[in-house]
Amino acid sequence: MLHLIHEAGAGHTGGGLSCLDILNVLYNRVLRVSPESVDDPARDRYVQSKGHCVEALYAVMADRGYFPDEDLSTVCHYKSYYVGHPTRKVRGMEMNTGALGHGLPICIGMALAAKMDGAPYRVFTLLGDGELAEGSNWEAGLAAAHYRLDNLVAILDHNTLQITGHTRDVMSNEPLDEKWRAFGWEVRTVDGHSYAALTAALTTPPPAGKPLFIIANTVKGRGVSFMENVAKWHHGVPSDAELTQALAELDASEARLKEVRP
Amino acid sequence: MFTPAAIAMLAKLGLKNGRANLEVFADTLQELATADRRIVAVTSDSRGSGKLAPFGKALPAQIVEVGIAEQNLVGITAGLAACGKKAFGVSPSCFLTARSLEQIKNDVCYSNVPAVLVGISSGVSYGALGSTHHSLHDLAVLRAIHNLTILVPADNVETREAIRWAACATRPVFVRFGKAAMPNVTPEGAAFEPGRASVLRDGRDIAFLASGETVVHALLAAGHLAERGLSARVLSIHTVKPLDTEAVLRAGRECRAVVTVEEHMVHGGLGEACASVLLQTGVRVPFRIVGIPDEDTVTGAQADIFRHYGISMEGLAATAEALLR
Ligand SMILES: [Mg+2]
Repeated sequence: MLHLIHEAGAGHTGGGLSCLDILNVLYNRVLRVSPESVDDPARDRYVQSKGHCVEALYAVMADRGYFPDEDLSTVCHYKSYYVGHPTRKVRGMEMNTGALGHGLPICIGMALAAKMDGAPYRVFTLLGDGELAEGSNWEAGLAAAHYRLDNLVAILDHNTLQITGHTRDVMSNEPLDEKWRAFGWEVRTVDGHSYAALTAALTTPPPAGKPLFIIANTVKGRGVSFMENVAKWHHGVPSDAELTQALAELDASEARLKEVRP
Repeated sequence: MFTPAAIAMLAKLGLKNGRANLEVFADTLQELATADRRIVAVTSDSRGSGKLAPFGKALPAQIVEVGIAEQNLVGITAGLAACGKKAFGVSPSCFLTARSLEQIKNDVCYSNVPAVLVGISSGVSYGALGSTHHSLHDLAVLRAIHNLTILVPADNVETREAIRWAACATRPVFVRFGKAAMPNVTPEGAAFEPGRASVLRDGRDIAFLASGETVVHALLAAGHLAERGLSARVLSIHTVKPLDTEAVLRAGRECRAVVTVEEHMVHGGLGEACASVLLQTGVRVPFRIVGIPDEDTVTGAQADIFRHYGISMEGLAATAEALLR
């Protein structure tokens, strides 16, 4: 993902790193989707509401085999299908997003369609915490509980930062667990960088009739010391030197992990 | 709605009273949805104003109520359409096309899902309720969005055919109409082809290029002008986008003057679309756009507002004669 953003000269580095683990868990452990079944009506649906973090999604989907890695050297280039937000021109992408506050209403329509058809698929969306200031999310919050959409999962990338700074300073939205619970959702709060916790939260069904809201506590810029919790990395693009340092830090982390669990 | 002279002209032209296009829409949708379970109506506390209460009773599994939340209405409609439903999002045009414009642009048109957006009580149908409830901007804003067919049916026949066609469309469609009873201007059984204007009357002196619920007034004006020795062509441009440029150009080349008529602000609607086609093709013809001017819109019934702005037999005939003088 960092290579991709570096090469494109644009992208959402901080938010990408904060949701990368969520996306890895979704695409490798949770979603019943595959590059071979992009048109299967029974597939799970994933709509990335925080569309600006598309680079992380591109990286995870390429890794999963939706398209070749080499395609990603064209991200944001002239006439490339791989633009700075998800579009259906990219294999496996369900909807065009990028304007905030759109994913959840769309997913309600999808989840309703599944209920009407008695289809088994589940519908997932990923929201940013700054994005929650968009009122449409709260319209959708009412509707999901009203229609008892227990096949709908909203995951909040709760990194507590947005482009201007701390979300609590820009437009405070806490306590989010109480709010979504009051809206009638099953709420689970997890470490958004723990594969085990995310997997458990995403695969354990909610109580019948309840949509599931997962507050994934994350760190913006996760894994790179000089990016972590620094708002300017919202859409900062690493220089050559910064990229080298970031990759070295991530490689070192990987090596440490392999030492602990060979 | 009509002056005594206009009522006499309706009779002379054999134009029979019809129902409200809104009612025809609701009946047609219910008929289609009874046969096709994939059809779903989505309403924002608007099933009453959309005449869809019988639909909701007859087909409760095929109606989704979202409450007073138009952004959610369009997003949900798009999601349903993306998952195999033939979803019709139904809401007053004033709210549907303003409050949820971003959802129309992104979730429906940019994502290219086969959703149908139905703007009910459009234009000045809610004329007495003030500008919050007028939709005089909808065609302008939607014309500026790529990948949307815009239908403005004139009468019951065109409304029924527009809805039937939209139910089979594979790309986004917007349809708007009003709630007043409309005389039928289209012969029963006439072909309805989106993108192809209907020629309701031929003539060479003046061409009325009209859309929606103004078309009947253009037809009456044509009848009135005929009695004064002037022949008028009347087109129902039921598809504002894509525009039937051939029909517009023929009118500009074959008639001495062109008058466009619409229930919309004079900016950005049918009139400017026609002007653009004529000018860019080098067709120079005396030309006038009749619609709602850019001012604090007068209030009252739709018929009052039409008369006030010259969208009437007498008003349109006078505009044509002035242009030909
Ligand atoms: Mg954030």
